[in-house]
Amino acid sequence: MTVSTGAAIRSSPQATDRARDVVRRHPRAVFGGSLVLLAVLSVIAVGIGSVPIAPSETLAIVLHRLFGLQLGIAWTPASDAIVWDLRIPRVITAAVVGVALAVAGATFQGLLRNPLADPYVLGTASGAGLGAAIALILPIRVVALQFGLLHALAFVGALASMTVVYRLSRLSAWSGLTNLLLTGYAVGSLLAAGLAMAMYLSGASLREIFAFLLGGFERASWTRLTLAVPLVAIGSAGILLRARALNGLLLGEEAAAHLGVDVARERVILLALGSLVTAAAVAVSGLIGFVGLVVPHVVRLTMGPNARVVVPLSAAVGAGLLVAADLLARLLGDVPVGVVTAIIGAPLFLLLLRRTQSGYEL
Amino acid sequence: MSARPAIELRDATLGYGARDILGGANLVVAEGERLALVGPNGAGKSTLLRAIAGLLVPRAGDVRLGGTPLAALSREGVARRLAVVPQLATLPFSARVEEVVALGRLPHEDPLRGPDAADRAAVAAAMDRVGLGRLMGRDVRELSLGERQLVLVAVAIAQSAPIVLLDEPTVHLDIRHQVEVMELLVDLNQRDGTTVIAVLHDLNLAVRYFPRIVLVAHGRIEADGRPAEVLSGDRIRDVFDVDPSILPVGPWTQPLPERAPA
Repeated sequence: MTVSTGAAIRSSPQATDRARDVVRRHPRAVFGGSLVLLAVLSVIAVGIGSVPIAPSETLAIVLHRLFGLQLGIAWTPASDAIVWDLRIPRVITAAVVGVALAVAGATFQGLLRNPLADPYVLGTASGAGLGAAIALILPIRVVALQFGLLHALAFVGALASMTVVYRLSRLSAWSGLTNLLLTGYAVGSLLAAGLAMAMYLSGASLREIFAFLLGGFERASWTRLTLAVPLVAIGSAGILLRARALNGLLLGEEAAAHLGVDVARERVILLALGSLVTAAAVAVSGLIGFVGLVVPHVVRLTMGPNARVVVPLSAAVGAGLLVAADLLARLLGDVPVGVVTAIIGAPLFLLLLRRTQSGYEL
Repeated sequence: MSARPAIELRDATLGYGARDILGGANLVVAEGERLALVGPNGAGKSTLLRAIAGLLVPRAGDVRLGGTPLAALSREGVARRLAVVPQLATLPFSARVEEVVALGRLPHEDPLRGPDAADRAAVAAAMDRVGLGRLMGRDVRELSLGERQLVLVAVAIAQSAPIVLLDEPTVHLDIRHQVEVMELLVDLNQRDGTTVIAVLHDLNLAVRYFPRIVLVAHGRIEADGRPAEVLSGDRIRDVFDVDPSILPVGPWTQPLPERAPA
């Protein structure tokens, strides 16, 4: 009896090891599984809300809208509007923003060779937020123009703050970690001052800017998605195509150069693509923290550091996480989703900070 | 041995910022040669390696790989011709031994499809050759410094380039592993015809395993030739400021042949 229990205890860690090995060796299956999970979460998120709509009714509305099919189930125009104009764009927006933040996080972590880098910690998202806030207080009232301007200024803000943080964090002799956090803090403070100034000057737009800072998907719409989706898709695909460069950078910039990576060129391209994706996310949803930090980290822990796996899988997991977080936020009575991700993410960040060294010698 | 030089440096002046480290350096290395770079700390051995690898553009003069000027080659083109084993590398994330060795295939991989069967075979062969099979699946952070150095050697072998440069490949290794790495380099050189250039501090290893030695000191290439000519007692006294004892007989003074007799 005692012997068999002991044997069971001894064999169980090996079993977990073996299970981990199996998972790690089948990235395609894991990616497929995470897509299925994302689909299931999305369906649940569309089905659940403050107004109860039966699943069959939801399905009928979606099929009718997509393919013009009639299932013989009746629905009211109100249900139609709720499902098609509110819930579905909201869920898609959450997924797209999750993709963007997780992919940007994976990119910045690989580029800066630091597991604590993410668009939020680095101030990239704040830079995009400041750009967007400036767009909001400009006296332009043509919707399409203002919306394009919002994206453009968010991108400029993200790129500028990312470039500054990147350059500063490479300049001094401090360890990578201290450097990155201090630089992020300094740049973040400056951006916060800029945002405060924008809010002070904003007058009637104050509420809009404030909603921006909280982060959320309440204002999701098909119109907003039409600009965000292509930007995130192009940016993420571009980053995935540069997986080789991210992999080379694992061993450091000089070793990456020896492995055939044109480091100077790849750095510019990856900084720009990461900023583009961040800006697109911030422009539709405001500032949502910790997704970009936590998701790539968890993916790397289970699947290893290969960017060819980390980037697409982070995208899928990030999308699922934000769809779930938004659902939770709605169920809690329309709490801003940024609050939910912060409550989950901040303790995880501290945990990571405790465990992270600035690098491992090889 | 083919007469075509694998590496040519002509009147190269190398330095960082305003400081010149090496001046007027001339070095011609034929395909299939095995060469050790020796010299005191800070003499410019690593600088010379960086110039050959194309990471440091000479202030004056010219560097060519296989007759092509380095400036005309892309980074990827250089990486297919030449692999570098750095002294040390740092990893920001945890990684398994085979995942790190696989990085050696980056210059060969299809950017879209990633590594194919041939790439995976090359990784397995490289791990086997360095004797890393037993470390398969281990996190590199758990390895000893010496084992990590072997991993970096395996990365370069997986890169399957005709030229391999090594910066202090034995610095963290015990005697057995020093000999193993040296014999591996001799094997790569003799069996695969790889041109090997290694920076070494251990003059005994240099004399024993390298038929040609280049001594870098006093801001230039001080001497270049067979071990017995380059590392004379007077010269070692002059360059390193120590009194060497040179044994006239024994295996250490009898270098291995450059290529095994056919």
